[in-house]
Amino acid sequence: MIARRQLMAAGGLALAGCATTTAAPLGRVVIVGGGFGGATAARYLKLWGGTAIEVTLVERHGAFISCPMSNLVIAGARELASISHGYAGLQAQGVKCVRGEVVAIDPAGKSVRLGDGSTLRWDRLILAPGVGFMLDELPGLAAAYASGRAVHAWQAGAQTELLRRQLQALPDGGVVLMSIPKAPYRCPPGPYERACLIASWLRRAKPRAKLLVLDANPEVQSKKALFERAFAQHHAGVLEYRPNAELKEVAGGVARFEFEDVKADVLNLIPPQRAGDLVRDFANVNRRWVGVDWLTMQAQAAPGVHVVGDALMSAPGMPKSGHLANQQAKVAAAAVLALLQGDAVNPAPVVMNTCYSFVTPDEAMHVASVHQYDAAEKTMKTVPGSGGVSPAASAAEAAYAQGWADNIWADTLAL
Amino acid sequence: MNTAQELRRHKRTSVLPLGLCVALAVFSAPGVARDVTLARSLAATCANCHGTDGRSRNPALPSLAGMKAETLMEALAHYRSGRRPGTVMPQIVKGYTEEQLRLIAAYFAAQPKP
Repeated sequence: MIARRQLMAAGGLALAGCATTTAAPLGRVVIVGGGFGGATAARYLKLWGGTAIEVTLVERHGAFISCPMSNLVIAGARELASISHGYAGLQAQGVKCVRGEVVAIDPAGKSVRLGDGSTLRWDRLILAPGVGFMLDELPGLAAAYASGRAVHAWQAGAQTELLRRQLQALPDGGVVLMSIPKAPYRCPPGPYERACLIASWLRRAKPRAKLLVLDANPEVQSKKALFERAFAQHHAGVLEYRPNAELKEVAGGVARFEFEDVKADVLNLIPPQRAGDLVRDFANVNRRWVGVDWLTMQAQAAPGVHVVGDALMSAPGMPKSGHLANQQAKVAAAAVLALLQGDAVNPAPVVMNTCYSFVTPDEAMHVASVHQYDAAEKTMKTVPGSGGVSPAASAAEAAYAQGWADNIWADTLAL
Repeated sequence: MNTAQELRRHKRTSVLPLGLCVALAVFSAPGVARDVTLARSLAATCANCHGTDGRSRNPALPSLAGMKAETLMEALAHYRSGRRPGTVMPQIVKGYTEEQLRLIAAYFAAQPKP
């Protein structure tokens, strides 16, 4: 790295001729995963690195579909197209977008292999795989998803629309079951927002139907008092919430919990989660999540390989959110540029989170936090006295939530 | 030269080919270069709500690009003290140090107005 920097100081243009396969003097970065984390890393490497860096983004889907705001689609308050965006913005910034799936990672050889047999070489690799589902411990769940008898809708897209259609087909007087896995899982307030929005829709469209929410956790995991107020004020009589109820098995139309069997017309079973399969080799925390060096976002198990987003072993008080994946990706982008230049990385990174949740299609509330690097403990820590939640859900915050979505989508995808 | 002026110079040079190399050459004083990249990273934490480089796409959330540093610092101080009401800002302003806020304000002041 130091040699490269000295060469650059001597004349960056001359170096271009020396590079074997890339004209970009700082080198090549391959990013795998085009969600909030991976797309933001690509965007900011180009924003800050320009033509000095070659950036390739590998994503298996043709478009980005946002999990935030997708509960509004499930409840019929907006269309899937309005939360979907292509990768043309990133391409216009000079990001090479490759549609495909990475099937093997070689950290020592600094390359990845794609499903079609091709390989991509890199000087730095950024992985943003999101979450994977732990289906092995839940007999019948994988088969229930495959047949469409159960829906997770915890990765936005076809599953989002399937759940929407199943709700539309629900007989009035029918029962919808939602199960929530033990934390940690992607988007702590997400299940409770979804429960509110489904209940809100049922009250209008299927007034005799019921929503039963069985939570493996002992209590609501985010914005607890606010969600409990929404359950009581807006959704009483439709939504029934029970904590300490963990899903154990699915058999036909029956979901088996620790203490009861539940039959329902629609099964929205949100599965227990771990780091996406792509990073299983680097999941050094309980073989479930990826531990990272928070100064660079490098995986503890694989120097040179950076990991961002929901796959991480979160720092204390840090939720798995699209907002934080975006923020972590900016830390990774800055660190990758510094490392490729042979510079010191930022010794004091900061990330922050804002998550909006809708309690009806017209009212939302937030949770916010700020996380600063703590050099002594080598982790990100929430700043005492900072952050918090809304005093109450409001129409004003619903407008801010839409503003947040417009801006984070544009920031992430260079729209 | 103050940080805001350095940031403006940085903005101009960064559109050149191999912008980073040029920027590195411009900031021969390592401390100033560090301030610029630190300010850039800190300001990027605001972009999720206020738009990339402070250019918002939705009028519900204000653009910060081109805002005078003193104006932004005063608004932030009032959020911190509670004099200015808000939803998210009074909570998150307390997560940043004064020096971090000064770097953020200088960065946005150096961006062209939307």
